Amino acid sequence: MSNEHLTRLSAAELSQVLSSREVSAVEVTRAHLDRIASVDPSVHAFLHIDDEGALASANAVDAKRAAGEALGPLAGVPLALKDVMAMRGVPTTCGSKVLEGWRPPYDATVVSRLRAADVVILGKTNMDEFAMGSSTEHSAYGPTRNPWDLDRIPGGSGGGSAAALAAFEAPLAIGTDTGGSIRQPAAVTGTVGVKPTYGAVSRYGLVALASSLDQAGPCARSVEDAAMLHAVIAGYDPLDSTSINEPVPSVLEAARRGDVRGLKIGLVKELSGEGYQAGVTQRFNEAVEILTGLGAEVVEVSCPHFDYALAAYYLILPSEASSNLARFDGMRFGLREGDDGDNGVEQVMSLTREAGFGAEVKRRIMIGTYALSSGYYDAYYGQAQKVRTLIQRDFAAAFEKVDLLASPTAPTTAFRIGDKVDDPLAMYLNDVATIPVNLAGNCAMSLPIGLAPEDSLPVGLQFMAPAKADDRLYNAGAALEAALKDRWGHLLIEEAPAL
Amino acid sequence: MSTVTDPVLDFDRALEIFDPVMGLEVHVELNTNTKMFCGCSTVFGGEPNSQVCPVCLGLPGSLPAVNAKAVESAIRIGLALNCQIASWCRFARKNYFYPDMPKNFQTSQYDEPICFGGYLDVQVPTAQGVQTVRVEIERAHMEEDTGKATHVGGATGRIQGADYSLVDYNRAGIPLIEIVTKPIEGAGIYAPEVAKAYVAALRDLLRSLDVSDVRMEQGSLRCDVNLSLRRSPTDEFGTRSETKNVNSLRSVERAVRYEIGRQAALLEAGGKVHQETRHWHEDTGVTTGGRSKEQAEDYRYFPEPDLVPIAPDVAWVEELRATLPENPGSRRLRLAAEWGLTDFEIDSVINAGVLDLVVATVAAGADQVGARKWWMGELSRIANEQGIEPEALSITPAEVARLEALIADGALNDKLARQVIEGVLAGEGDPDAVVAARGLAVVSDDGPLLAAIDDAIEANPDVVEKIKGGILPASGVIIGAVMKATKGQADAARVRELLFERLGVAPE
Amino acid sequence: MSISRDEVAKLAHLARLDLQADELDHYAEQLDVILASVARVAEVAAADVPATSHPIPMTNVLRPDVPRTSLTSQEALSGAPSAQEGRFRVPRILDTE
Repeated sequence: MSNEHLTRLSAAELSQVLSSREVSAVEVTRAHLDRIASVDPSVHAFLHIDDEGALASANAVDAKRAAGEALGPLAGVPLALKDVMAMRGVPTTCGSKVLEGWRPPYDATVVSRLRAADVVILGKTNMDEFAMGSSTEHSAYGPTRNPWDLDRIPGGSGGGSAAALAAFEAPLAIGTDTGGSIRQPAAVTGTVGVKPTYGAVSRYGLVALASSLDQAGPCARSVEDAAMLHAVIAGYDPLDSTSINEPVPSVLEAARRGDVRGLKIGLVKELSGEGYQAGVTQRFNEAVEILTGLGAEVVEVSCPHFDYALAAYYLILPSEASSNLARFDGMRFGLREGDDGDNGVEQVMSLTREAGFGAEVKRRIMIGTYALSSGYYDAYYGQAQKVRTLIQRDFAAAFEKVDLLASPTAPTTAFRIGDKVDDPLAMYLNDVATIPVNLAGNCAMSLPIGLAPEDSLPVGLQFMAPAKADDRLYNAGAALEAALKDRWGHLLIEEAPAL
Repeated sequence: MSTVTDPVLDFDRALEIFDPVMGLEVHVELNTNTKMFCGCSTVFGGEPNSQVCPVCLGLPGSLPAVNAKAVESAIRIGLALNCQIASWCRFARKNYFYPDMPKNFQTSQYDEPICFGGYLDVQVPTAQGVQTVRVEIERAHMEEDTGKATHVGGATGRIQGADYSLVDYNRAGIPLIEIVTKPIEGAGIYAPEVAKAYVAALRDLLRSLDVSDVRMEQGSLRCDVNLSLRRSPTDEFGTRSETKNVNSLRSVERAVRYEIGRQAALLEAGGKVHQETRHWHEDTGVTTGGRSKEQAEDYRYFPEPDLVPIAPDVAWVEELRATLPENPGSRRLRLAAEWGLTDFEIDSVINAGVLDLVVATVAAGADQVGARKWWMGELSRIANEQGIEPEALSITPAEVARLEALIADGALNDKLARQVIEGVLAGEGDPDAVVAARGLAVVSDDGPLLAAIDDAIEANPDVVEKIKGGILPASGVIIGAVMKATKGQADAARVRELLFERLGVAPE
Repeated sequence: MSISRDEVAKLAHLARLDLQADELDHYAEQLDVILASVARVAEVAAADVPATSHPIPMTNVLRPDVPRTSLTSQEALSGAPSAQEGRFRVPRILDTE
């Protein structure tokens, strides 16, 4: 099987050819490493490529298989890991200078689970610094480019993972989603991304941005692939006190079912209309028609407090982040600046953080510091947490009437690199549809529903489901994906330009 | 740091003019096996940074996980202090930067402490006798300890001299319970004694709960003293100072006394007390100023998002209440009754800080009279001389009980027992070992006694005449001589018996 | 509501960010805009609404008091910018004033 062919396969297909021993894990890994070597200079999805580690893992898988050991379905399948997850001995930068060269002495639980499943981790992908951004332009190591158009952003903060998928550098990727950082990149790159229910996937080893909002999740080119990955990484972890400790319905079964007959789907009024690109709205409406055609019942619902979600989010996130990022002070790990023997510890800390953090990070740290200050807490952070409760109530009320909610994932398709980077507020607006789910803690998926007519760039549809009902996302996603694949003859991603 | 001693007003004079208000904050290091938020060992004395993990080192990506035993201990402490236990509470982040704090925030509790609204009754010695003072407890909450920084001076050829610090995070994350009193008003001239009695009583209570080693000198019990003065009890509170490094009960009392004098002198001279953190120096008996806290640090508290609320249900709390040992008040009454002691007598034992020791000695088989005698007498005297607490002496209640047993058997007398104590404290072994090594046994063989008696009789003919003439007390001279001759190893009563036999005098 | 240069300087100090003079004005402007936008949470009538701090209603997640393997001191110090005698070496803590 040629390299070219191997890199076009889905994870499910790779799983088959690997278990049937048509091809070895080493071959699959090499094919992907070659692909990365070939296209990543243009795409810049990766910050670190772990050739040695990946080939060692692949070798181990082949040895186990040769010895007749029973292996999991994703054994030998390559994966790209967002550089926000701790991986022992491998550089973990979170897209920041402050962690340049840091090699964690431990593995994130997600990484342990991937290793236990014999997944081959190819390397660490680019991201907005400390996951703060919607375009990957705030990475301290240069932006990632959208494989659909190299002058455009791949979304953020997890642009690297999405771009790696869209460039066929890896069939699977891990992202993290605090306000849309998995879903929005998925939407603008024509791939699939899921933010699992808060607590479904362990955060131990996930460098924290906003602790009450962060969640790691699966990224792939198909709903089934995402489900396979979701099943591996999700599960209770005693090291994470916010980890869900109860069984949940199988997402893989749901992905293979793909049946929306009788399902009630609510279209969120507040996540539409003004601010949404015409082509995005058009494709969204077409997708909704398809769902109706498949037997779903579609109604409009209103979640009035969603209009305040962005404001609440941009108070809560910076507040928690300002505290989470305090540990980056040059004392125990990472960058240290200004330690010339004269400067006291306070100065060294301040110089280190000034040099190590980018502008967006500093902005948010200061906003967070402000919002938590005595005298301001009640009006800002305190009030935002109340608005959050109201948003949760809006969701609860909606889910009394419908099984799923739907909206466009992002208001626009991929914009040009440089277009919004100097306008923080404009950048924040990219997350307007994805943020409510993070605030409420339930789950959502973005999947590709077509190219916008005006620019031929990918558009994503977002499904939202109640907490712990992640399976509903996969069921509906699979149904819609199958119907679209029927219509086009292939998955949308196959139309991405050759690199 | 000021090297000039601040002026101090005489204590009694100060109390004529001012009314002191105190607040005591005590930090208790729990004796759990693992840290508050991670599974690292809490055993003392390990190699630096050998008992750390991503969590207590604050590495990126790490998350806390609450130690169940620490919560249990917190609740038990609250119950023992007559507190209400919160039905629902959270941890909070206290944000500030300091190199001994790996996350640059401390996971603590802010406006939702697990225990609140309690009290501890303490016995305070006054001129009118022992008074019971009720110290009200504002709250007790859970938090984590910091790492330990050692400051190193050093010349590296630079003009300013590059000092630096070395940090060991083994201690970072060890569970602490912070117990805060409400302002203690009305103590008046007994403020120092009230403070000391409170910390002592708290210490004893915590020890009886077995939640901590409560060794002030080792840092498992730390006390910060807040003090302010006002001219009249009806005035608002004055500005307070906070004094740290108060490492013993003695220091608590002295620090309160000193701060009263210092603040009084300052105020009388027309000055203002600064809200600051001061450092107590036990050797010089003064506090020195540290960094001024004119502007209270903004800790930007918010609920800890990585942890979920603690909601102890009534059943669990009652289960824990059943594990509490007898409360000190009931215990005092019970022991006084058992031992047939007056209020004064039992309080004397308590105030000497030796009640637990006496009880333990009795439990080891001694009679309570003997146990009290030794602990309140010789052992307290020695402890005082050495400037330590009686329980810090290197002699155990079991050893004291053994001592008493040896005396009861007649193998030792009081004088010899004192020498045995000396030996045990010097590390020569347990009482039996010391007796053997030093050859301290009471001479029980009449032979040598008779020989010594005969010698003494010969040497003191006029005394013998007195005895024969009926002045029996004169026998003391002979007995004394025999004791001397036998290096105190004679049983005085036996000597007396033999003497009278020898002289053919009937002992009355 | 306008956030002054001084306030930004105070925030920068609280957050240990050594901002340069020109940055102070730049950030003051941006923070002003952002804060004005997020301040609209105040428009929501939420007096009787409880604040969320955890998206999921869990309580009493506790861990048994049993030791777990720690890092070795080598691992602990592996990322240290400066280490000495098995400890993290940090610049002097109290500035001489």
